[in-house]
Amino acid sequence: MSLLTIEGVWKNFHGHSVLRGIDLEVRAHEVVSLIGASGSGKSTLLRCVNLLETVDDGAIHLDGQEITDPRVDVDDVRKRLGIVFQAFNLFPHMSVLDNVTLAPRRVLRTSKEQAEEQAHELLTKFGLAAKAGAYPDQLSGGQQQRVAVIRALAMQPRLMLLDEVTSALDPQLVVEVLGIVRELKESGMTMILTTHEMSFCRDISDTVCFLDDGVLVEKGPPEKIFASPEQPRTREFLRSVLESGRL
Amino acid sequence: MSPTSKPASEHVPSQRQLERERVRRSRARRSGSIATASTIVFIVLVVVLVTNSPGWPRVQEAFFAPEWFVKALPHVLDGFLLNIKMFLIAEPLILIVGLLVALARGITTPAFFPIRALATLYTDVFRGVPTILVIYLVGFGLPALRLQGIPTDLATLGVIGLTLSYGAYVAEVFRSGIESVHPSQVAAARSLGLSHVKTMRFVVLPQATRRVVPPLLNDFVSLQKDTALVATIGPLEALRQAQIIASSKFNYTPYLVASLLFILLTIPMARLTDHLAARTRRRRGA
Repeated sequence: MSLLTIEGVWKNFHGHSVLRGIDLEVRAHEVVSLIGASGSGKSTLLRCVNLLETVDDGAIHLDGQEITDPRVDVDDVRKRLGIVFQAFNLFPHMSVLDNVTLAPRRVLRTSKEQAEEQAHELLTKFGLAAKAGAYPDQLSGGQQQRVAVIRALAMQPRLMLLDEVTSALDPQLVVEVLGIVRELKESGMTMILTTHEMSFCRDISDTVCFLDDGVLVEKGPPEKIFASPEQPRTREFLRSVLESGRL
Repeated sequence: MSPTSKPASEHVPSQRQLERERVRRSRARRSGSIATASTIVFIVLVVVLVTNSPGWPRVQEAFFAPEWFVKALPHVLDGFLLNIKMFLIAEPLILIVGLLVALARGITTPAFFPIRALATLYTDVFRGVPTILVIYLVGFGLPALRLQGIPTDLATLGVIGLTLSYGAYVAEVFRSGIESVHPSQVAAARSLGLSHVKTMRFVVLPQATRRVVPPLLNDFVSLQKDTALVATIGPLEALRQAQIIASSKFNYTPYLVASLLFILLTIPMARLTDHLAARTRRRRGA
């Protein structure tokens, strides 16, 4: 059974449809990439899955439960989903350790000792053990984004949503964040990510989805989408990416 | 070896840089002496103007009488202790009222709509009514109800009036602080599964309160001197003491004494506010 099912999802903003009937299935341990121009609806789709946006039609199921049902407890759904934002969004008034332990302690009611032990384990695994006591503004962008990933991981989510996680970073910092995403894939984490890093996307994805103007135009394994896309719109998008030197 | 691959060494200022610094220093010296000179000229002008005004001898006698200064000081100082007491009691109460009202105005749960509406009404009313009127109404109105448990002590009633009036301002300060926290912080907290209340408590409020410390202190500087408004309902605080002496002896020097005491209290607070505001600016810039 698929872990996440998106069926005919629509989202409208001020009379304009940003998502126009998106269908997508994500199996456990699968890595799905969403590509497409800015404004094609990739980020909105992730925010709908996380219930930060309410869908205007269609349904989303997580582990067989319809999470778009208005009677559903959104906090309970979000506990099972990790999201990482383009702008990191770390809590500036908390140390790295507190950023990571806040949700396990306050939502899962894990004891302070246990939450901190688990946080130290994750920080060590991703090379940030020395930064546990630091505050976000003392970290580089790459370090901040890695902390954001760890903060989401600390909730042991069923599914990770990565929204343009490298777009706000200098080129030499992109590598360290992509490294952590690769490690996540190797650990078997199910992920949906939006990205402009095409070579990384080709490398890491099991499935690539091309979105254009709120429509899922084409979907398939990366070797097929990047080598022989069927749809003219996909071809045109990939050509423009190629011309900009991003592939 | 090419110049670019030279190892980093101590910076020795060039001739050009030394010359620049010399020019900067001489300019700084010049603007310093101009500032001193213009200040002296200004003070001399004011003193000459005031002391040569036709009414000066009488003003000097009425407001600057050394003997009355000495005689009034103990009484006014005694009253001033009551001002300090009222201020110290009102301050924490105002913080609590302000924070609760600010939070109440942010409630979106339909069942609590009356609370939200009440909070909005409160801020609208008490920001609109002059503080002196609030003190009048509370000071004369509340005891007139003759309800059990309503305080009749004038200073206590004054504190209630000040709290009601300033609570409305401070609520708005807190609210602007809460609204200044970027929505992405709320999104990050909610996406981790934190409820609205927990997001407020652990993520929004800690950031908001830090930001509103300088404007809050500014309101408290204002509160310190507004404790004098309580004089209108009669407790023997500094202004009331000064009034009593002034009206019985036809000399206004006690008012000057009271003013000086208020200034002595507010200046440190004002400097602290400036200092904290500057520190916040530096932090934000860093």
